[in-house]
Amino acid sequence: MPSEPLFWQRFNICGRDFVDAGKASITIKGILREIGIHPSLIRRASIASYEAEMNVVLYASQGTMELRVTPKDIRVTVEDEGPGIPDIALAMQEGYSTASDEIREMGFGAGMGLSNIKKNADAFSIHSVVGKGTILEITFRL
Amino acid sequence: MKLEAVRRILNCQVITGDDKLDAEVGVGCGADLMSDVLAFIKPNALLLTGLTNVQAVRTAEIAEVRAIVYVRGKLPDKDAIDLAKEKGIVLLCTSLPMYESCGRLHQHGLPGGSELEGGLRDAKRAPLLATL
Repeated sequence: MPSEPLFWQRFNICGRDFVDAGKASITIKGILREIGIHPSLIRRASIASYEAEMNVVLYASQGTMELRVTPKDIRVTVEDEGPGIPDIALAMQEGYSTASDEIREMGFGAGMGLSNIKKNADAFSIHSVVGKGTILEITFRL
Repeated sequence: MKLEAVRRILNCQVITGDDKLDAEVGVGCGADLMSDVLAFIKPNALLLTGLTNVQAVRTAEIAEVRAIVYVRGKLPDKDAIDLAKEKGIVLLCTSLPMYESCGRLHQHGLPGGSELEGGLRDAKRAPLLATL
């Protein structure tokens, strides 16, 4: 049985909304700080959330990000309606990117996002269907 | 290195955070791609960038960057300045280009991320940093 969450919140993310891009992750960082999570874990969770949120903004039409904190772990689930990822192994490689020039002008699209999420997480899973969307589950152990 | 030393070495204009120049940064990172910053930067860093939109400041807040130096005389937009004020992130601007800015700070003892990992800072740079 999964642990009962101490805290739960869902955020909506709009694709191509560069004005608000990243706000949900900054809110998550504030929540984790208020809960009293260790600063180094807050940093890892914030970076992974931000990378995942930016992927939705940059590539999908819309999505949600859900934060769930239990006595055992912090879980961030990001689900989008977007183009999906045809080759996940390739997308996980550092430096591989399908970003447009517009995305690069925003300072993103270096092909580091998914691998950086995995690097910061204790557990990471990715499921994607081409033409439908992608689901990321990112877990940090407490 | 104190931010006041950074200001002096790069002849910076202070955009916001005048009252925080006593704060210390322990490492420097120069990048225009925020993806690279998120992947490689260390906590309590100084970020040098030419990216002037609000994403540079959001990235700084997420990655615990203490201050940003905008190089090549670039100035951040209003949203970026407002967010930096809210989050207590110091914004500086220098007319120097990226290469010279990083070079001058490194020459004065501010290490890069790989030097922190290798432990070179304490051995070689601590005495120099202490004089600033």
